[in-house]
Amino acid sequence: MLKVVENLKVLYRYRVLIQSLISRELKARYRGTVLGFLWSFINPLLLMIIYTIVFGFIIGPRDPAFGSNRVLYALFLFCGVLPWSWFSSSSIESANILMIQGNLIKKVLFPAEILPVVVVTSNFIHFLFGLPILLAAKLLIILFVPQAPPFSLYLALLPLVMFVQFVFSLGFGFLISSLTVHFRDIKDILSNLLTFWFFATPIIYPMTFPAIQQSNLFRFFLNLNPMTHIIQGYHDTLFAGRPPDWLHLGGTLLFALLLFWAGHTVFDRLRDSFPEEV
Amino acid sequence: MYAIDVDNVTRIYQKYSARHRFQTFKSALLKGDFLRALRPDELVMALDGVSLKIEKGQTFGIIGENGSGKSTLLKVVAGIAKPSSGRVRTQGKVSALIELGAGFHPEITGRENVTINGIMLGLSKKEIHQKFDEIVRFAELEEFIDAPVKTYSSGMYMRLGFSVAINVNPDILLIDEVLAVGDASFVPKCLDRIDDFRRRKKTILFVSHDLPTVAKICDKVAWMKGGKLMMVGEPKRVVDAYLQDVTVKQEEKFEERSKAIDLEQKFEEERRENRWGDRAVEIKKVRLLSLKGVEKHVFAPEEGMVVEMEVESPALVKDFVFGVGVFNSQGVACYGTNTSLEDYVPVSFRGRGIVAFRIGRLGLINGTYYLDLAVHKKDGYPFDYLRNLYSFLVSSTDRDEGIARLPHDWSFSPKIRIRPPKTGGKARVNPSTPRHECRGLLRVNPEPRFSSPPLKAGLSVGERVKKAETPGNPKNAVKKNKKR
Repeated sequence: MLKVVENLKVLYRYRVLIQSLISRELKARYRGTVLGFLWSFINPLLLMIIYTIVFGFIIGPRDPAFGSNRVLYALFLFCGVLPWSWFSSSSIESANILMIQGNLIKKVLFPAEILPVVVVTSNFIHFLFGLPILLAAKLLIILFVPQAPPFSLYLALLPLVMFVQFVFSLGFGFLISSLTVHFRDIKDILSNLLTFWFFATPIIYPMTFPAIQQSNLFRFFLNLNPMTHIIQGYHDTLFAGRPPDWLHLGGTLLFALLLFWAGHTVFDRLRDSFPEEV
Repeated sequence: MYAIDVDNVTRIYQKYSARHRFQTFKSALLKGDFLRALRPDELVMALDGVSLKIEKGQTFGIIGENGSGKSTLLKVVAGIAKPSSGRVRTQGKVSALIELGAGFHPEITGRENVTINGIMLGLSKKEIHQKFDEIVRFAELEEFIDAPVKTYSSGMYMRLGFSVAINVNPDILLIDEVLAVGDASFVPKCLDRIDDFRRRKKTILFVSHDLPTVAKICDKVAWMKGGKLMMVGEPKRVVDAYLQDVTVKQEEKFEERSKAIDLEQKFEEERRENRWGDRAVEIKKVRLLSLKGVEKHVFAPEEGMVVEMEVESPALVKDFVFGVGVFNSQGVACYGTNTSLEDYVPVSFRGRGIVAFRIGRLGLINGTYYLDLAVHKKDGYPFDYLRNLYSFLVSSTDRDEGIARLPHDWSFSPKIRIRPPKTGGKARVNPSTPRHECRGLLRVNPEPRFSSPPLKAGLSVGERVKKAETPGNPKNAVKKNKKR
C-alpha cells in the first residue's frame, strides 16, 4: 500500500510532463483536420443521433419508464454512452500505449506509469467536451417534453461519479497496459470483451427493465459489474436528477481503489521488463 | 567524490527461445505452464560484475565490439535499465543522448516538441522558455520550428534532438554513438559543445566506435568485452590494447578464410574467374609471413611482409617471370612489379621451388589489400595467374588518407607555435615495430591526387575530423592547443 502512495508522489512530481503530454495528445489528435477541436463535440453528437435512430425509432423504447417517448430515451442513451466511450477508448488505448511509446521507455529515463495516466486523462477531457452537448440536449428536451425529469441539485454530485470512474479506468488501464506488453493478444481479447461489457452494462436499457427485474440471476450479474453502478450514477445524477445509490457507488469506489492498487502493483512488478519487451 | 560510481553491476537479459516463449494466453493456459513459461531458457549477461568509478569532470570513453555491453552500461547509469545486481550511484543531473529526438511527436510542431522533450529531460517550463532561442539556433532550425516535426528531414530531426539534450545542461552527459549520424558541419559543432562541457568540468561518459575521437577527447577509457571490463586507463593505451585484440580476432578470421582458399580444393568456377594459365609452371601454395617468418594476415603499416610462393614445374622451362601486384579494396593498384621489369634473367627451372617476395616496410594505410600473383612468360603468356585470391589487412589508428603512407616528418620555424601530439602510446599495434615517422597530429589537406571514385568514398569519414583539425581553421586549432 505504501508503494502506491510512493508512486502517486512520482506522478505528482511529473505533473508538468503529464500536463504537457495530455495537451500534446489533444493537439495532435485533430491536427490536420479541418474541423479541429469541433470533432470533440461532433463525435458524441453523431453518436447520439445514431443511437437515437436505431434504438429510438427502429427498435423503439420498450421500457415503461420512458412511456413511448423516443427523444427521452435518446437522452437516456446519451447519458450512458458518453461515459462508456470514455471508459472503452481509455482501455483500448491503454492496451497499446506502452508499445506505441516504446521509444520513450527504452531510450529516455521516463516513468512509464505516466502513459496510462495520460491516456485516461486525455479521454476524460474528451468526455468533458461532450458534456456541454449532453447538457444542452437535456435543456432542449426539458423545454419541449413535459414528462422529462428536470435539472436538479444532484447534478452537483456528477464529479463524484466521474471520480469513481476515473479511478476505476486508471486501475484497469494500469493492469491492461502492463499485461499487454507480455500478452499481445489482450488487445484483441479486450475489444471483444468491451463489446460484451457494453451490453452487460445498463446503457441501452435501464435497470428497471422488466426482464431484469424479474430475473434474480440477471440482476445479480449486472450488480457484479462495477460499470453498472458507475453508469447508474450518471443516470441518477444526470438523467433522472436523483441522488445516486450511495451503497452501490461507495462499494464501487472501494472496488475501484482496490483495482487501482492491484493494477499499479502489477504494473510496478512488470515495470523492469518493459524496456526489453516493448 | 565520484560523479558516477558503478559498483559490481550485473545485468542479465532473459533470452526466450521462440519455442518456449508463450506469446499468447491460449498457449499459456492450455499448456498450464503459465509460470514455467515465464522462466527464460537462457540468460544473457550483458554486464558481468562491472565496477567503475568516474571522477567529476572526467571525460570517460567506453569502447568495445558490438554487443560487449557498452550501451547497457550507459542505460544502467542513466537509470533506464535496472541492474540485476549491484548498485549505481550518480551525482547530479544526468542527461542521456541515447537516441536523439526519442519521444518527438510527428504531428505537432518543432516548438511544442522542444517544450515537451525538454520537460521529459528534466527542464522546467521556465528554463525551456529561456533557452528556447539558443536551442533553435544551435539546431539551425529557425525557419522550420513552427512546422510539424513529421516534415523534418532526418538530419533536422537529429539536430533538434541533440540541441535539446545538450541544452539540458546536465552535470553528467551520457553519449551513445549519436554523433555517427551527423553531417559534416554539424558533428564538429557537437564536438565543440562537448569540448565546452569538458572545460566546464562536467562529467561525460562517451560510448563510441570512433576510436580516434575517443583517444582524442577522453581523459580515460574503458574497454569492454563480453560484458566485462577488460581494461581501464590512459586512452591511447586502452585503444591500442583493444585494437590488438581486434587484430588477433581478424587474424583468426583470415586464417579460416585462407584455409578455404586452399588451392587444391578451389571451386572450379571461381578458379576459372580468378585463376588462369596452362599450369606449365604452377603456384602450389602461397603464404604471407612477417619478416620474422611468422604466418600472419594483419599487419601494421610500419611492418614488413614476405609473400612466399611455392612453385612447381614438371618440365624444364627457360622463359618464366614471377610477378606480384598489390591492390586495395577498391581495386586501385597500389604497387606491382615482376622479375622481368627488374631485369632478372630467367635461366632454367624444373621441379619444386620457393619464391619469396620481401617487402621491407608496407607503408600502406588502413584497409584490406588483395594480391595478384603470377608466373608467366616474358611475352605475357600465363602459366598460372592468381587474381585477388589472397588478401591481407593493414590496421592502425592513424587517420591518414590516400594509397600509401609516404615517409615523412614535420618541422616548424619557431614563430609557428604548435604543439606535438600526445605521445602516450607505448603499446603499438605491433610492439616489435618502431614508431612510424608521422610526428604531427595536424596534417595538411591530403590532395586527392588519384581521382578515382573509391578515394572519394574513403574521404567521407575523415573529412569531419579534418575540418576540426586543419590549420586552415584557426579557431579550432587554438582551442585544441589550449586543451593540451
